[in-house]
Amino acid sequence: MNTPHGTPRIMLAHGGGGQLTDELLRQCIMPRLDNAVLNQLLDSAILPDGQGGRLAMTIDSFVVQPLEFPGGNIGDLAVAGTVNDLAVCGATPLGIALSLVLCEGLPIPVLERVLDAVAATARKAGVTVVTGDTKVVGHGQADGIFITTAGVGRIPAGLILSPTQVQPGDMLIINGPLGEHGLAVMLAREMPELITPVKSDVAPLNSLINAALAAAPGQIRFMRDPTRGGLAGLCADLATHSGYRVVLDETHIPLRPEARHAADLLGLDPLEIANEGKVVVVVAPAAHDRVLQAMRAHPLAESAVTIGHIGELRDGLCEIRTTIGGRRIVAKPYGEQLPRIC
Amino acid sequence: MTSPPIISDCLAQLAAVSAAVHRPLRFMEVCGTHTMSAFRSGLHSLLPDNVTLLSGPGCPVCVTAQEDIDTLVYLAQHDDLILCTYGDMLRVPGRSGTLEQARSRGADIRVVYSAIDALTLARQHPARQVVFAAVGFETTAPATAAVVRLAKQQSFPNFSVLASHKRVVPAMLALLAAGAVQIDGFLCPGHVSAVIGSAVYRPIVDLYKFPCVIAGFEEIHMARALLHLAQMARDNRPELINDYTEVVNPAGNLVAQQLLNEVFTIIDVRWRGLGVIPSSGLALRPEFHSFDAQQKFSLPLPVPRELPGCICGQVITGIATPHDCKSFGRSCTPVHPLGPCMVSSEGTCQAYFKYARLGGRWSGSFQQPTPATASMQQVTP
Repeated sequence: MNTPHGTPRIMLAHGGGGQLTDELLRQCIMPRLDNAVLNQLLDSAILPDGQGGRLAMTIDSFVVQPLEFPGGNIGDLAVAGTVNDLAVCGATPLGIALSLVLCEGLPIPVLERVLDAVAATARKAGVTVVTGDTKVVGHGQADGIFITTAGVGRIPAGLILSPTQVQPGDMLIINGPLGEHGLAVMLAREMPELITPVKSDVAPLNSLINAALAAAPGQIRFMRDPTRGGLAGLCADLATHSGYRVVLDETHIPLRPEARHAADLLGLDPLEIANEGKVVVVVAPAAHDRVLQAMRAHPLAESAVTIGHIGELRDGLCEIRTTIGGRRIVAKPYGEQLPRIC
Repeated sequence: MTSPPIISDCLAQLAAVSAAVHRPLRFMEVCGTHTMSAFRSGLHSLLPDNVTLLSGPGCPVCVTAQEDIDTLVYLAQHDDLILCTYGDMLRVPGRSGTLEQARSRGADIRVVYSAIDALTLARQHPARQVVFAAVGFETTAPATAAVVRLAKQQSFPNFSVLASHKRVVPAMLALLAAGAVQIDGFLCPGHVSAVIGSAVYRPIVDLYKFPCVIAGFEEIHMARALLHLAQMARDNRPELINDYTEVVNPAGNLVAQQLLNEVFTIIDVRWRGLGVIPSSGLALRPEFHSFDAQQKFSLPLPVPRELPGCICGQVITGIATPHDCKSFGRSCTPVHPLGPCMVSSEGTCQAYFKYARLGGRWSGSFQQPTPATASMQQVTP
């Protein structure tokens, strides 16, 4: 795919949700599976339910290391990730499927803690795990636990959330500070001896999203959770798919001091770090205040804030106005996040 | 915390000073951290029209010669060997691809945060050889030296380094010695200067008459340094200003320098796209040869090769624009870069390739004098 030397092979960065993931989708996956629903590349596929309504369907795999990290474990992620992919499409989850790939030698107590987290997060989200599968592979064939979750949800009549809906002047709201999931996991993996207050933000967002949608029916254009690729990836994609200039205001982008320091320590850009309990809501200007207020009334969005807007220019780029009043382009991250030495 | 009013004052003064000069002013930073700080803060977009901040050969990863990457790729293919590297080395291409691609073919390549992490891995894996790809300027070199000395003291049988450390000042002098550089002064690196001291920049000021300002990494530090540089350019009075005295003194960090002298010897090395620069590299001294991967594994000596058609040396110094290069946008792109200006995400060529069509000063240092503007419009990546 991108190597001049021998058989092209999958690299870690192909799974990073950045430019290389796009390349894999474009060159390898989409040409073979091409169809109108898949081609939209939304967080969930939107399907007719046969009775005039619409269903959302989504699937996601979780391979995080370490399995347990400050703020949660792979079980929390597996449920919240799928619930959130349904919720950002406006769907109310009907049920979740859970597939476990367990590695020989995995301590049963670890599995029990992961399943306890699955149950607890599902309760919080008001969904149930309605079907599943369990497989075991030999030592070295997987790393501890891999989880795949799929979800189905129902979309209310008339609700259309898509990058193609956004208009110049629309506002971007985020429900809280950035980067904490990715940082908590990376610190746990790379610097386990370090004690920091950084915790994963993993959380199911469906009740928050419902509150936002209810506050301004028909006025929310698009929502997405900034997971892999972070806010940078989300906004670069939004710009590409809407065709408009997305303008971020760095002075309003929320970042806790401990997250800023951790990102500096790891040599990473907070804009590119994964979140698991954040959502970016794009709302029509007339409904902005109502939506922001409704979000702030929810415990997962007390510090919700407006971080940017959709500009007039039709060049499909994302720019950020920096804290010193400068401007620069925000590009989609390449893939695997790598620390810089300089 | 940067206070916006202060930096705006500083930029306003810079605008006033540069307006009085009536010609383009080009200043060069030679430090990856300055490059990133200028990029992330959007500093380029705030500079007066006739002031450009050029990104010099300050990214130690980007200037690593292709043959050095090839040696690492070759080494990493050995079974029972763990190659440790800083993260940003993974994607720098040699002729035999990148370390990232080598890892996808099964090589055991680990990203480390410091040289000591590599030694720790050697302790944890006594049955395997651990090699540390030691890159960087005088900032990371002392850490490598300390670890090599420790490995020798503790007689580690399975640890070695492949050193491609480089020295900043010889590269700056080489750019100037080549003549005809279109620059008006240097923004000198804060971290490197903390080790090597401020006095080493003297020849640049005294012999070549270029102003030098040593600065920290906050936007305000960089803006203030540019103001000093513009004032000196206006007054035609080149001086050496240390604007980072809380960290940098004239002599530098003597302990670190002593460590470097003890472990390394100064050699001529090849910089990607810039050719061989005298006295610009650090190699392990003979008494540390058992920790030198080159010696230990009897590696074939890298075959030095020029990059065909790459004019990075001229682009970096502002003599040429990327459009003067026959390779630009053809055999040299961000995905398959030749020279350091395309390897670095903030290098001049990559900035041209990605953002020139926007016509403003978005990133890196692609703003050039007017003749280039017409051809900039034609770039459609």
